[in-house]
Amino acid sequence: MTKTVFFGAVAAAAVLGSTGAYAAEGDTLRTVKQRGELICGVNPGLVGFAAPDANGNWSGFDISLCRAIAAAVVGDPNKVRFVPTTGQTRFTALSSGEVDVLTRNSTWSFQRDTELALDFPAVNYYDGQGFLVRKDLGVTSAKELDGATVCIQTGTTTELNLADYFRANNITYQPVNIDSNAEGEQQYLAGACDAYTTDASGLAATRAAFADPENHIILPEIISKEPLAPAVRHGDNNWGDIVRWTLFALVAGEEYGVTSANVEELSKSSTNPEVQRLLGQTDNLGGMIGLDAEWAKRAIMANGNYGEIFAATIGEQTPIGLARGLNALWTQGGLMYAPPFR
Amino acid sequence: MTHLQPAEHQPFRLSMLIYDRRYRSLTIQAVVFIAVMLAGAWLVHNTLENLARMGKTFSFSFLWARAGYDIPFSLIPYTATDTHFRALVVGLLNTLLVSFIGCILATIVGVIAGVLRLSNNWLVSKMMTVYVEIFRNVPLLLWILVILAIFTEVMPSPRDYKGDNAAASMILFDSVAPTNRYTAVPRLAMESPPEPLTIAGTPISGTLIAFGGALLAAYLIFRWVRRRATDRQNATGRRPATWWIGLLLFAVPLAALMLLFKVHLIPPKLTGFNFTGGANLDNGFVVLVLALTLYTGAFIAEIVRAGIMSVSRGQSEAAFALGLRARPTMGLVILPQALRVIVPPLISQFLNLTKNSSLAIAVGYPDLRATLGGTTLNQTGREMEAMMLMMGIYLALSLLISAAMNVYNARVRLKER
Repeated sequence: MTKTVFFGAVAAAAVLGSTGAYAAEGDTLRTVKQRGELICGVNPGLVGFAAPDANGNWSGFDISLCRAIAAAVVGDPNKVRFVPTTGQTRFTALSSGEVDVLTRNSTWSFQRDTELALDFPAVNYYDGQGFLVRKDLGVTSAKELDGATVCIQTGTTTELNLADYFRANNITYQPVNIDSNAEGEQQYLAGACDAYTTDASGLAATRAAFADPENHIILPEIISKEPLAPAVRHGDNNWGDIVRWTLFALVAGEEYGVTSANVEELSKSSTNPEVQRLLGQTDNLGGMIGLDAEWAKRAIMANGNYGEIFAATIGEQTPIGLARGLNALWTQGGLMYAPPFR
Repeated sequence: MTHLQPAEHQPFRLSMLIYDRRYRSLTIQAVVFIAVMLAGAWLVHNTLENLARMGKTFSFSFLWARAGYDIPFSLIPYTATDTHFRALVVGLLNTLLVSFIGCILATIVGVIAGVLRLSNNWLVSKMMTVYVEIFRNVPLLLWILVILAIFTEVMPSPRDYKGDNAAASMILFDSVAPTNRYTAVPRLAMESPPEPLTIAGTPISGTLIAFGGALLAAYLIFRWVRRRATDRQNATGRRPATWWIGLLLFAVPLAALMLLFKVHLIPPKLTGFNFTGGANLDNGFVVLVLALTLYTGAFIAEIVRAGIMSVSRGQSEAAFALGLRARPTMGLVILPQALRVIVPPLISQFLNLTKNSSLAIAVGYPDLRATLGGTTLNQTGREMEAMMLMMGIYLALSLLISAAMNVYNARVRLKER
């Protein structure tokens, strides 16, 4: 009996040991190239950002970034696997090595950047926390929500903002903890909570999926800064650089007018030196991060530049109808700014 | 003729550790023990090493940091500015509350269902069979979700009570309002509560002392009365009626205290978004207790049935022969003997119920799993520490319940003299 237990323990230890060593393996780029496939941690279902359609094909704003990275690294935007992660499991999935990169509208915060040992290479959506309520509730400001029941996704920064905001304004609320956006939607529609709070973009996306979106409003108060960014493990700087500059390549693409339609042509004919460097005609920038010269060209070809992705997934022409706002290019009064490619 | 030396006089040699049967088992045990310990140490070391490689340390200091999140249901005062440790205690108390109430209700339901299943009434026994089989054979999580769905989808929302042409109306003389968030019930309040008593620097609620003292005194006096009644019965064969003394002992002081402190009911009132004034029984709590009770009750019913069936039929025949009716036969003859069969498996049902209460996450009830293992774990990123702490707490809890029930088991066990 003792012996059986002992061998069991040894076997378990061996399994734990091997997976542990794998997770700690520093070179994510080598792992991804060897595997020939990129694994992205994504939202389990938030229309516009990451949601599978009836055939199981994922699409959305975060999905497009993941595909662009796959195109840059593996060479094919379809060589990706999406792992749905909840607010609770996402960082564990990343730090345990289950996913290579988290493209899951996660807020960049001090504690996550430092104590959780993550890195947020660059912001891909500047957001803030808002409240969604029924129109017939007669509420026009979040400050009128005294005594309300509020649905909140547990394990998010919004949970902490909510507590701070109501305390600061000296009003009370009753939290209802939920685990995913789908559960929040169901509880909110069933009337189990008066208001649903999360990032304003997430609220717009959730509302767009309602049967009667016109009967719900997003309150004007934005109570926090939520810079949503992809996340990678701390310590693998080269991999962080790849994610960061892939995102910047998409932003720079919009700035220089490089679209999915003209990228092929521009890569041969462009005379703009910045575009020539970006698309790999000169200076082989890709070689400096362990990729080939045409990495950025493939990233833009995958889903288009940042502006194209925004317009196709969450922009004003889509049911979600988000304005560019803070996420416009710096040349148009927004915060999207790619450092020079040289 | 060679003289055989007795074995114990042989000088000890190292090879005897393997070839001498007296030492061999010790050797094997020592080797296995060392190997298990080494494997354990290697596991711990490996974990720490890997955590360090990910840039994480192993520390419980996060427990003293500001929690920053709110908990919807708490037995002790708690705000978002308190520490993670206090959030842990809030969660633990919520777990204990659900488990305690669940164990009591499940026992009641289980005993009733188990006894009724043996009833001679065909309809009653078949109904109990149906209850036991459907609850025992469907996973608990599904029951929790089904009951929650009934509560959230069928009950009216608080807003439906608003206005003159309200879609819903309060029940029981306008005192109880079931909603899809909670059930609003009246709350007891005192107009002139007693002053708190300060003993050794800690204030103790005067209400607790007054009511607790009255109940304890009533219980002790009633025990003495019953003992006297037993003495009398032994002496004369007739037992004096004691039930009215008990009723007076408990009811009169309580009524007097309630008059003294001017205890009254505050009915719930709809103000703004929600009912206030009364007490709001959270649906998560009600659903969890209900599901745990019905699920565990089904198992306890089977245990009770097995216990009763283990008592030989001759016992009840003998009781009937002595002129006892069906109910005293069950209460005085069958159940006391069945208990020794019932109690040991009952312990494991209580343990199951306590551990199953961690499914509270499905209904948003803030138990230990939801505070320490949910939000705290998430906000601090201390998976390893939080998980180990939580496992330790559940282990300690289960061992405590087990120890308490073993004491009870020793009391009801068949006494062999």
